[in-house]
Amino acid sequence: MTNGSYFAFKTVDWGNMGAATWETIWMTIVSMIAVAILGVLLGLLLFETTASNNFAVKALNWIVSFLVNVFRSIPFIILIMLLLPITKNLVGTIIGPTAALPSLIVSAAPFYARMVELAFHEIDRGVIEAAEAMGASQWQIVYKVLLPESMPALVSGATVTTISLIGYTAMAGAIGAGGLGNLAYIDGFQASNNTIVLVATVIIVIIVFIFQFIGDFLVRRIDKRTL
Amino acid sequence: MIEFKDVTKTFNTKEGDLTAVADVNLTIEDGEIYGIVGYSGAGKSTLTRMLNGLETPTGGEIDINGDKITGLSGSELRQKRQKIGMIFQHFNLLWSRTVLKNIMFPLEVAGVPRKERKEKAQHLVDLVGLTGRENSYPSELSGGQKQRVGVARALANDPEILISDEATSALDPQTTDEVLDLLLEINKKMNLSIVLITHEMHAIRKICDHVAVMDSGRVVEQGTVFNVFRNPQQEITKRFVNEEVDPSLSDTNIVLDDLIKSYPNGTIVQLVFHGDQAKLPIVSEIIHQYPDLQVSIIEGSIHQTQEGAIGTLYLQLIGNSDNVDGAMALLKKMRVETEVIHHD
Repeated sequence: MTNGSYFAFKTVDWGNMGAATWETIWMTIVSMIAVAILGVLLGLLLFETTASNNFAVKALNWIVSFLVNVFRSIPFIILIMLLLPITKNLVGTIIGPTAALPSLIVSAAPFYARMVELAFHEIDRGVIEAAEAMGASQWQIVYKVLLPESMPALVSGATVTTISLIGYTAMAGAIGAGGLGNLAYIDGFQASNNTIVLVATVIIVIIVFIFQFIGDFLVRRIDKRTL
Repeated sequence: MIEFKDVTKTFNTKEGDLTAVADVNLTIEDGEIYGIVGYSGAGKSTLTRMLNGLETPTGGEIDINGDKITGLSGSELRQKRQKIGMIFQHFNLLWSRTVLKNIMFPLEVAGVPRKERKEKAQHLVDLVGLTGRENSYPSELSGGQKQRVGVARALANDPEILISDEATSALDPQTTDEVLDLLLEINKKMNLSIVLITHEMHAIRKICDHVAVMDSGRVVEQGTVFNVFRNPQQEITKRFVNEEVDPSLSDTNIVLDDLIKSYPNGTIVQLVFHGDQAKLPIVSEIIHQYPDLQVSIIEGSIHQTQEGAIGTLYLQLIGNSDNVDGAMALLKKMRVETEVIHHD
C-alpha cells in the first residue's frame, strides 16, 4: 500500500504503463483516421446539400443534419452503453481497445463533420464561382478548391477533435477499453494508488501536447494566406 | 460574335419577383472590346453571368459564334465555359496555389497534359509581365499583380471571349490603367473579344470600342464610345459622361462661383471639342480677332478615346457685349460646342 502518496514511483509497473500508453495512442490514431474520413464525407454532404431547391436534397440535408446533432448531444459514456450490442456484433467483444473504436468514431465523426462544413462555408464564394466559370466539374471543385482552400481549418479542426478523442479514450478505458484511462481507474483509483493516477495523467497531458504541437506546426506550414 | 436576343432574367425573392435584366438585345462583334456601364444593381453583372451560364436567363437566348449557349448543361456547358475566360473584381485566386499553379488550374480542368500545362502557364506568366513571381503565393502580390494572375488564368484555355467583371474596381487609378493597358494589348495581340463591365466611364473611354449603358436591367443607350461620349442621349449617360469628362466638376463649380463673384460682368462658357478640333488654336484665334476681350482659362482637359480626343475647356470672357457675341459666333463658326454656364 502506498498510503495515498502521489510520489511512490517504485509501485509503478512501467511495462504496464508503456502498454497502456501505446493502447491509448493506438485508439486515438485509428479512430482519428476513421473520423477524418467520415467527417470530411459527412461535412461535404452537409455543405453540398445546404442551399438546394430540390426537395429530396433538402430532406437529405435535414436528416443528416439531425443525426449529426443527435449524436453530438449524447454524452460519450452513455453512447458507449447504447452502442454495446452493435460493438459486440462488429468487433466480437466489448472489452479492449478495438471495442472502444465504434463508440469513439460515432461520437467524434459528427463533431468533426460540423467543423468541416463550417470550414467549407468559410471559403470565399467567389473562388468557387471562378472555378465553375472555368468549367470545373463538381468533383474537381471538391478536390481542387474546397479541400486545399480549407486545409488549415480542416487540420486545426482535426487537432481539436483528436484531443477530445484522447479524453474519450480515457473514459472508454474506465469501462474496460484498456489504455491509460483503464490503468488509472483499475490500478490507480480502485487500488488506492495515486502515483499511478498521477503518472497516467502526466502521460496523457504529454500526448495532448504532442498532438497539439503537430497540428499547429502543420497549420503554419500549409497556411499561405498571410505571409 | 455574341448575340443577346430579348434576354430577360427574373429572380424569385421573398419580396416578390425581381427583374434584374429586361429584354436586352446586344451584338458584340469579334475582336472588339465592348463596355457595359451602369451603377451597381443595374443588371450588368447578371447579364454577363448569363454568358457563361453562371445564371440562366428566364427569357430570350444568347448565341456565341452561332452556338446557342442558353439551355446547355452538364459537360457541354463546362466545355463551353473553358472557352470563356473571366476576371473578377476580387481576383478570386486560390490562396493555396502559387502564381504558376493558379494559372495551371483551368488547364488541369481541361485535362491538358502536365508538361504542356507548365509550359503554357509559364508563357502566360511572361505575357502578363510576372516573370520571376511564378512561385509566389497570391498573398505576396499587390492588387495589380493579382489581377495579372487573374488575366493569365483567364487566357489559359485560349478563350473566344474574355469577361471582365469590375476587374479594375478594387484597384488604384494607376494600377487600373496598367490592367486596362494589358487588356487592350491582349485584345490587339490575340484579336480576343472582351466584354468589360464597369461603373467607371474612365475604363470605357480608355479601351472600349462600343458601349452599352444599363439602368434598371435595361440597355438604355448603346453605340460607339466616341458617339456616346460626344452626344449622350439619356440622363444617366450624361451623368456618366460628365463624371468622366470632368472628374473635378464640383471643384470647378466652386471656381465658377468665385469667378462670378469677382467678375460680375464676365461670361463663362464651356467648350467641348471632338477629335481634331482639340488640336485647333481656338483660344489664340479668339484673342487674335478680339484683342479687347479678356480671356482666362478656368479649367480644361483632353481625354484620348479609342477613336479620337474629347476635350473640355472652361473660359471666362470679359469685355463689351459686341466682343463677347463676336467670340461666341467665332466659336460657332469653328463648330465648337459652346454652352454659356453663367451670364450676369
